[in-house]
Amino acid sequence: MAAAPATLNIAQTEYKHRSLWMDVWLQFRKHKGALIGMTILALFVLGVLVGPLVYTVNPQFLDPVSQNQGPSAVHPLGTDNLGRDMLAQMLAGGRISLAVGVTAMLISISLGAIIGILAGYFPRLDNPLMRLTDMFLALPILPLLLVIILLFRDTLRALFGPETGIFLLIVFVIGITSWMQTARVVRGEVLTVKNQEFVTAAISIGTRKSKIISRHIFPNVLSPVMVAAALGVAAAIITESALSFLGLGFPSDFPTWGRLLFDGKDYIQLTPTRVIWPGVAISLTVLSVNFIGDGLRDALDPRLRGR
Amino acid sequence: MVRYIVRRLLVAIPTLLVISFVIFAILDLAPNDPTGNLPLTIPPEVREQIRQSLGLGQPFPIRYLKWIQQFLVNEPLNILEYVFNTEIGNSAERLRVRSWATRGPVIDLILERLPQTLWVLGLAYILGAAIAIPVGVISAYKQYSLFDQVGTFVSLVGYSVPTFFTGLLFIIIFSVHLNWFPSFYDTTHKVTDLASLWVQIKQMIMPVTVLTFFNAAQLSRFTRSAMLDNLNQDYVRTARSKGLVERVVVLVHVLRNSLIPVVTLLALGIPGIFGGAIITEQIFRVNGIGQLLIIAIQGADIPLVQSITFIFAVLIVMFNIVADVLYGVLDPRIRYD
Repeated sequence: MAAAPATLNIAQTEYKHRSLWMDVWLQFRKHKGALIGMTILALFVLGVLVGPLVYTVNPQFLDPVSQNQGPSAVHPLGTDNLGRDMLAQMLAGGRISLAVGVTAMLISISLGAIIGILAGYFPRLDNPLMRLTDMFLALPILPLLLVIILLFRDTLRALFGPETGIFLLIVFVIGITSWMQTARVVRGEVLTVKNQEFVTAAISIGTRKSKIISRHIFPNVLSPVMVAAALGVAAAIITESALSFLGLGFPSDFPTWGRLLFDGKDYIQLTPTRVIWPGVAISLTVLSVNFIGDGLRDALDPRLRGR
Repeated sequence: MVRYIVRRLLVAIPTLLVISFVIFAILDLAPNDPTGNLPLTIPPEVREQIRQSLGLGQPFPIRYLKWIQQFLVNEPLNILEYVFNTEIGNSAERLRVRSWATRGPVIDLILERLPQTLWVLGLAYILGAAIAIPVGVISAYKQYSLFDQVGTFVSLVGYSVPTFFTGLLFIIIFSVHLNWFPSFYDTTHKVTDLASLWVQIKQMIMPVTVLTFFNAAQLSRFTRSAMLDNLNQDYVRTARSKGLVERVVVLVHVLRNSLIPVVTLLALGIPGIFGGAIITEQIFRVNGIGQLLIIAIQGADIPLVQSITFIFAVLIVMFNIVADVLYGVLDPRIRYD
């Protein structure tokens, strides 16, 4: 009974052709938190990309005359104990923090997607790869990260220079210790997708395995990968700041938001703003990314879409 | 069920051996010299003797096997002896895993630090669950109400804002400005009377609150979605249609079913308490296990780092099994045999 007016409705309204991603976007737009999150994140990205071009103060310029200052016209966010301008440091640090988040996420979801697809598509690889995943899940991640960074920091710095070396190390260790959830979810999706008719049809016309995976399997497991990507950025930023907060991340002359927080905590009585700026920046970024992740999850879920 | 537990424990053994090997190898193969921090005036042959005395003379596989033996056989025997107050075998001769920094047995160092960690972080975990479950239940029952909207937002904030920022914020507000609570945790403080008990409570309030907020945020999101999954089930309608009071429907029928995944998640989260300790203890200077690990890492005290990391791994594997077994006990639909 309820179906009859609905069909009428469809017949009456003219529907323009909409792609899948248009549908996703329309649903995503309904999630207010996700939209606000996207705006804030866009502002942050724009700020750290364009900011240093507009605000051309050198973040490493030492000014012994103006140490530990609060916000003023000359130094909008104040200065640190060596007289370095906080706004310039925040902008420079944001670039690295966001770059670490995005790069580590790319490593993590690529690994997760590849391992998940291989385990899901090739039954022979399934068991060994999933045992590997289980083993990685049982590793105590934070202690291991700390240890690896401490032990290999100097070697990599010598190899790639102080800045690139520590960046590569941190991005790499975060990436290879956070792919497991993605791999599990992707494997599950592949297992359901690969038994569907269109895959059988593709096999029956002689499509090569590599093409089946790239043209038929991968596009269908893209949704969980995208959600994992959004949440992965947030997790990577948090992990990096935690490492920097423990003094084992980026060095002071090449600070991220986490490092600025760590350096500021000893001056908490004198200039509490030194803790507040980077803390707020980290929290807002992570919150925005998590909201975007929530919105994406709702938008990509076909059961929720169109309601 | 017993067969299932035994099987899981047997599977856990190779997993843990592989993990112990990974931990041992990462620390051992790293370019690092334990005598590197000693003065340069020490002649090379003495330096070599120091290396020998630290057990570094032998090849890698032998050192690994010795470490495994010390860790998995000798130390548990010592603990058994301590608990039952007897002597098993030749306990004085038994090799122990010793810290390079203090030369004391690693296990003693860890046991010394355990109570602080358990008190602060364990309390925060229990309080977090005690807050999260009611909040999650009300949020789900009144979905899209004001309470739900605020609760969901607050929990997403609590989940996104890292504890090292909330912790420092609390210190700025409550220690620096209001001067209500001390900014660090004094472990030497002994509780003897009501006044000293109050001092103890005061120094615990901030770390416990920060962690409780973080734990509750994660758990309430999970409880809410577990409740929502159950609220639309057929059995709920049946319960209502046979005339049960709403309170009974929600608090007995729905809640009990929703708590199954929540309890499992709680069990899975227990090893995470110790991981979280690393950061929280650093903020509030609680000298628990997390701080011990940081000191050990900074001082390149390899045996101590290996032991703590491996204990964390054992906890993760064990509580994974506990969670799965709990799931089977609580949910009669799950049959493992």
